[in-house]
Amino acid sequence: MLLKDEVGMLQRVPLFSGIEPTKLKLLAFTSDRVSYSAGQILFRQGDEGDAAYVILSGSADILVDSDSGPIKVAELVPNSIVGEIAILCNSSRTATVRAASPVEALRIRKDHFLRLMKEFPEMTIEMVRVLADRLSHTTADLIDARSAK
Amino acid sequence: MEPSLARYIWTHTKKQQIWILMIVLLSMIPYFMSFDLPKLIVNGPIQGRGFEQPGATQPFMRLHYDLPFIGEVLFFSGFQLDRTSTLFALSLVFLLLVVINGLFKLYINTYKGRLGERMLRRIRFDLVDRVLRFPPVYFKRVKSAEVATMVKDEVEPLGGFIGDAFVQPVLLGGQALTAMLFIMVQNVWLGMIAVVIVVIQIVLIPRMRRRLIVLGRERQLTARALSGRVGEIVDGIGAVHVHDTSNYERADIAARLGLIFKIRFDLYQWKFMVKFLNNFLAQLTPFLFYMIGGYLVIQGRLDVGQLVAVIGAYKDLPGPMKELIDWDQARQDVQVKYQQVVEQFTVEDLIAPRIGALTIDDPAPMTNPLSATGLSIADDGGAMLLNRISLQVRPGETVALVSTATGGAEALAEAFARLTWPDSGRIASGADDLLELPEAVTGRRMSYASSDVFLFQASLRDNLLYGLKHAPLTSVPYEGAAADQRRWNVDEARRSGNPELDIHSDWVNYASAGATGPHDLFEAVRRVLDAVVLSRDILDLGLRSSADLTRHTELARRIVELRAALRTRLEHEGLSGLVAPFEPGAYNKEATIGQNLLFGAAAGPELADRALAANPYFASVLKQAGLDRTLYEMGMEIAEQAIELFADLPPDHQFFQQLAFMSAEEIPAYETLLQRLKNRPYEAVSETDRAMIVTLSFAYIEPRHRFGLLSDELMSKIVAARNRFYENLPPELQNAIERYDPAKYIAAATVMDNVLFGRVGNNHPDAPDRIRSIVYDILDELGLYAELLDVGLDFNVGAGGRRLTGGQRQKLDVARALLKRPDFLILNRPLSALDQRMQDKVLRNVLEEARRDGHSPAIVWVVTNPAMAMMFDRVIVFDSGQLVEDGTHETLLAGRGIFKELLS
Repeated sequence: MLLKDEVGMLQRVPLFSGIEPTKLKLLAFTSDRVSYSAGQILFRQGDEGDAAYVILSGSADILVDSDSGPIKVAELVPNSIVGEIAILCNSSRTATVRAASPVEALRIRKDHFLRLMKEFPEMTIEMVRVLADRLSHTTADLIDARSAK
Repeated sequence: MEPSLARYIWTHTKKQQIWILMIVLLSMIPYFMSFDLPKLIVNGPIQGRGFEQPGATQPFMRLHYDLPFIGEVLFFSGFQLDRTSTLFALSLVFLLLVVINGLFKLYINTYKGRLGERMLRRIRFDLVDRVLRFPPVYFKRVKSAEVATMVKDEVEPLGGFIGDAFVQPVLLGGQALTAMLFIMVQNVWLGMIAVVIVVIQIVLIPRMRRRLIVLGRERQLTARALSGRVGEIVDGIGAVHVHDTSNYERADIAARLGLIFKIRFDLYQWKFMVKFLNNFLAQLTPFLFYMIGGYLVIQGRLDVGQLVAVIGAYKDLPGPMKELIDWDQARQDVQVKYQQVVEQFTVEDLIAPRIGALTIDDPAPMTNPLSATGLSIADDGGAMLLNRISLQVRPGETVALVSTATGGAEALAEAFARLTWPDSGRIASGADDLLELPEAVTGRRMSYASSDVFLFQASLRDNLLYGLKHAPLTSVPYEGAAADQRRWNVDEARRSGNPELDIHSDWVNYASAGATGPHDLFEAVRRVLDAVVLSRDILDLGLRSSADLTRHTELARRIVELRAALRTRLEHEGLSGLVAPFEPGAYNKEATIGQNLLFGAAAGPELADRALAANPYFASVLKQAGLDRTLYEMGMEIAEQAIELFADLPPDHQFFQQLAFMSAEEIPAYETLLQRLKNRPYEAVSETDRAMIVTLSFAYIEPRHRFGLLSDELMSKIVAARNRFYENLPPELQNAIERYDPAKYIAAATVMDNVLFGRVGNNHPDAPDRIRSIVYDILDELGLYAELLDVGLDFNVGAGGRRLTGGQRQKLDVARALLKRPDFLILNRPLSALDQRMQDKVLRNVLEEARRDGHSPAIVWVVTNPAMAMMFDRVIVFDSGQLVEDGTHETLLAGRGIFKELLS
């Protein structure tokens, strides 16, 4: 997959949809293209967060450690971004991500990502929107879980 | 040191000075004779006196003089020669005298020069010797650059003067007197004129020069201070930038230079003024000679020959006179310089020479306890760091010194290491005062490491073994020319009062590291490096550096085996995809196009980096392979993409790290180049512009940059060009490149590149780490771990060790202290740059390593964190310069003292 195809993929990621293509190209160029075979770990829960990943192809599982072993909490499909929370909060990884099939991804380094957020407010707003959306989902899930008890 | 320069010189060069004096006196004879000759030639054969009759002869070489008091002295009655023969004979004698005088001069000058150089060597050595014996407190007050200037520059003029110290006045005085005497003999009145002028010169000129000496002293002091300040700027460059004070420093330096300029300009003005006067006086005399002497000739009271001889002799008078006055000036000047330096080097409490005396045999272990009695130490400001402390450290016990911020434990550790001297009280080993013990004992049986590490600008190995280099232990066998050179070295060293110690001898004391020689020292080195957790860092350094193949032969010999082992291992673990190996007949997608074309490591500047595209041979190969145009178009494409991506970014943007093709500074240049070349046909582009563009393509890696520029056809063309390149490689490039050969070690490449013999894939973020640990495993399995560690030990640590991190420096210092297996190991907050977890780990390792093989040294450790005290037999707590608690960890923990407080 070439740089211009990656730009096309990035445009489809909601987070980046508001950014002009030349900047996305720069983002793609300065990011590392990484590939994983099925079962390989992208990052582990508890590791220091140093990069975010955009899945270009394949799928990956988000796993959270529990007393009874890892639990799959979500699945990543192409065009989704993962790992941005640890970057934003300067915290360690809150979950483990494991490739479920061969995965091609773009690895955006922490400092690059933060720089982009500073330079492109539209991206930051989009980011906040995605996070808020997730939060409301999580809250809904929590209410479901509480009421089911 | 001897305060009088003249006496210093006389003491050390008496014999030589007397010898050269005698030679100088001897040289006066032909010198005087050469004065008389012109008169003989002019009056005799030329004017024909004594040859009035045709065929008349005169005695030749009849040497006789009318000397006062003695009367006529006849040296030789001579041969009878006619007029022409006499002319030739006398002229030949003149030539002979010229040669003899010249030879004398040559000998005297050479001798003097050598004498001066020897003395210079002696003075410099004496000075450095004294630096080595200064008491510690001195170094708190003096700037290193100033000391260096004194040793190097300020005594330099002494060397030139020393040879002349006694000879010059005698030689020049002799010459002047000879000339004067000769003039006197010819004509008393003319002589008197010369004497009067000379007396005026002698009285006046030195007076005028007094100011020069004052200025000279100021010049010396300001110049020394300048070099001190420059040294300070270099050492403190970090502070300068951090505080934005570079302009303050500029102002300071400019002010100093202004002052120095003023002093120097003053000096010049005076100097040339004096010179003018001196010249004028010298020229005044011939004026009087011409006038008065001419008058006497006209009167017939003086013959022409005499006048010519007087004027001839007078030509030789101002020269020596001027030089004599110069000599006097130089004498005063160097005397001032010498005194200035000696004052700086005259220090009270100099360490006695016997303390640092060379001792070959290792001293007996220190089996007595180390005790401080009533020990008080104050800092430079007079504040008490330690106040009447008494304690004893028994052999074999481990003691943690715990200290509050003002506790004073560091001062105690420094006092144990003799880096600080007690103000009152004393430290003793058994009954001996510690300060009275020779360094051969304390430097070998005790060791010390602190947070303030000094490393020399040398390899890691040299720094690590530095603590073992006490004395030359082997005598090096020299043969042939080297033996002659060695004899000469020893002989000259003796003559200059330098020691004859051979720096090329093996100084490493293997026994004290528990080894028997170079072959098994490595085990000890590896253990201490493991103990301070530094091995891994050094291995990494080793992997990243290129090995010295004369030393690390094993690595080169087994490189094929290593590469094979790595492949097998990667296959075995299913990781083959991580590395794209170099294969002579295939394109390596993970390497740049440049690397694929060259398929070798540049060993010289001709084919390295940017020079590659501009290399005519390389360009011709590209052309033949039909690649020149393709790569140019590719370069244009890359330039366009790069500029599109990066042109708007500020030059310091971190994204530029990702741009391999050009630097941020080059973007504007490429932007204009691109504009210019855009619609120009390839044929119309100049060679230089082509090279600029083609160079961009060399850095391209398809999987990483993903511009989609590489096709199968292009790859095969590149491989073909690679072979073509090596087929006709011109001789001048043979040594500029080392071709990748699966069966050969590449000396110009790093160890990692050699083992890998390929490129790590760009799309596996953790690949480099995984491969590195696999490489370490393999090296260990093949028994090459030691070799790699040795490569890493070649790493040059830089000035003051600055190429290492603070933590690495501290670890190295501890390793160095451990390596000599001391009886007393004093560690003064040695690991302060490390995090607590690492400090604990190293502490545990060090305690274990120090006690390996039944050794039981006493360990005194000033800990950075009271929790570390748990590992020690005994804990001593300091507060406000007082020893407040002393006991085992349990008892102190049980108590309610400061220790408990510090822990909580």
